[in-house]
Amino acid sequence: MHFVVCLKQVPDTSEVRIDPITNTLMREGVPSIINPYDAHGLEEAIRLKEKVGGKVTIVSMGPPQAKEALKKAMTFGADRAILLSDRAFGGSDSLATAYILSSAIQKIQETDPIDLVFAGKEAIDGDTAQTGPGIAQRLDFPQLTYAIKIQELTETTVTVERKTESGRQIVQAQLPALITVEKELNDLRYASLPNMMKAAAYEPEVWDVKSLSFDTKKMGLKGSPTSVSRIFAPPGRSGGEIMDGTKDPAATVATVVQKLFQQNIIMVNPLAKGGKS
Amino acid sequence: MTVAVDKTKCIGCGACVVECPIEALDLIDGLAVVNPQKCNDNGKCVIVCPTNALTLPNQPDQPKQALDPEAGSKFDLKEPLPDTVKDYAQDNQKKTISAQAAPVAGGDVWSGVWVIIEYSNGKVAPVSWELLGEGRKLADSIGCGLCGVITGYQVDSVIPEAFAYGAEKVYVVDHPALKDYRTEPYAEAITSLVTKYQPEIILMGATSMGRDVFPAIATRVQTGLTADCTVLGIDPETKLLQQTRPAFGGNIMATILCRTSRPQMATVRPRVMAMPERVEGREGELIHEDIPFDESTIRTKVLEFISSDAKSAFLDKAEIIVAVGLGIAAKRNMVLAEELAEVLGATIAGSRGAVEAGWLTHDQQVGQSGTTVRPKVYIAIGISGAIQHLVGMETSDFIIAINNDPEATILKVANYGIVGDLFQIVPAMTAEFKKRLQHGVAN
Repeated sequence: MHFVVCLKQVPDTSEVRIDPITNTLMREGVPSIINPYDAHGLEEAIRLKEKVGGKVTIVSMGPPQAKEALKKAMTFGADRAILLSDRAFGGSDSLATAYILSSAIQKIQETDPIDLVFAGKEAIDGDTAQTGPGIAQRLDFPQLTYAIKIQELTETTVTVERKTESGRQIVQAQLPALITVEKELNDLRYASLPNMMKAAAYEPEVWDVKSLSFDTKKMGLKGSPTSVSRIFAPPGRSGGEIMDGTKDPAATVATVVQKLFQQNIIMVNPLAKGGKS
Repeated sequence: MTVAVDKTKCIGCGACVVECPIEALDLIDGLAVVNPQKCNDNGKCVIVCPTNALTLPNQPDQPKQALDPEAGSKFDLKEPLPDTVKDYAQDNQKKTISAQAAPVAGGDVWSGVWVIIEYSNGKVAPVSWELLGEGRKLADSIGCGLCGVITGYQVDSVIPEAFAYGAEKVYVVDHPALKDYRTEPYAEAITSLVTKYQPEIILMGATSMGRDVFPAIATRVQTGLTADCTVLGIDPETKLLQQTRPAFGGNIMATILCRTSRPQMATVRPRVMAMPERVEGREGELIHEDIPFDESTIRTKVLEFISSDAKSAFLDKAEIIVAVGLGIAAKRNMVLAEELAEVLGATIAGSRGAVEAGWLTHDQQVGQSGTTVRPKVYIAIGISGAIQHLVGMETSDFIIAINNDPEATILKVANYGIVGDLFQIVPAMTAEFKKRLQHGVAN
């Protein structure tokens, strides 16, 4: 079987800040990592390959530096890695990004039919969770989002456990299909020495705008209906009341609890606690 | 030193953005914006700019140093653009914005605010009603109608509720193929309504369903979609939907516009917008739409649905959360938090540190790499308040933090912060709540 994994190199978001004066992103010196959710998609693809045989192809879109993420991904046991990199792709929103990635997957598919496409449920820099479904729609594959377990994979179907707010949904889809994954899906492996050596010598393929018959109107700034009009630092929560509980803990706590009841933040009637329904 | 942009001259063609070898320029809001930290003054953008809007100050050897101050305003958009930029400028948003971006409010094309009402397993997701409340405000700012859309099977009981929460018109697609949520038939139903009736704005909760079906619809109708918004507004001039959302794990907020295509689509985070007043018996126009589904062409089947019980419910549903951090020091001290949670009927959660220490499981983790929660009350015990944690809980209605460090960040977001020894404070709090709650029940 042929598994394709969509993977994104992202800044380690916990370290990205807004410059309070210029209101621009301060990305300098922020380390880049493989989007953690994508890493779990890759892990699942490799596990399935080990189980049923086949190969794993990684596709990524990004600047030339993203090659590093692909080389890293190869150390886990993928077979092929393709980086889609061109200035013409820059400024793409999720609609345009899905167009570019799906075009590349279609090209891969021409010579090497695909059974399953994996993607992380979202990327931690944008948190949109839109690119995976966008790719599925363009490829006309069924989409199974928020997967926490692959229950069964047959020649023609895949059965997946999906996480929703009210419970778990078990869904079966015909292949080829696209799955976006949660971290609960699996535990990541460590790279094996032979794979590390293989990856060190591996040079990811780079496809640019000329490699595919792209419609340039559907990519980059032009192909993106949405644009950022403003970025700003999140408004800080205004500080509340700070109480010293070191001298007389019991009295301080009694004051706080009394206020909570007075303001109806905690209610006496346990039935009222259910609140919003 | 960095390239300066004359905003009165910039036509937003994007030529400089494409030309810059180090990606120091972006097109934001139709104008070139230079990132001063990246710009190395190579001047490539200055050369390519068709309107001389870019200048490189204090660089006498640059070719365009002697600029005609009137150059930009003399530039006529009707004249053919230089070949180098023609391609980038031809579909330029700035030139087309007046024609496309502000359809006549209340007009017959792309008009109206729609809320997709999420109904599954016999329940309406409350965020649907919150969005009817928010949709009302947006529709009033634009001067257009507010409609609800209900897709599902046997949905009759939901229709009067949609009117009660403020929909003037309700579209219904009721079909056995929509009994369980599946992307394909749901996307098909909503897409065909959108194509037929052309709403200007469509909103849905940023739930697992909303975030699954909306990208599918946006791709089918080829329009822009903004995920997980926390603030919505209408630009008074252009009537565009201002969609504000956190990005980079909540470290920044971004306001997104969808200028060039319709409808404007957004999913909105649950429990952010206020619940509107429910007016029993309110009525409106009802439109039943018949969509013939062919089950044999739907490639997904729902085999089973396993509801989660109250205890194993996902954290983002909890009303009261007692959360612990590394401050509790050892697993055996979890009992302090558990006793407090027991008294309050609260759900236990924690910081990443507490999860990594093995005191809690990953699905109990609040924060960037865990779950984002918005309970009525969040009690943080021995949590210092790293930004990754704060982004996951700071929109809680009420935050109580207990920490021995008066400088702890968590105290800055707390409504009530208690500085002190949690091993004294927490048991005292448990006892105090127990006393009052039992006293209250006894009354």
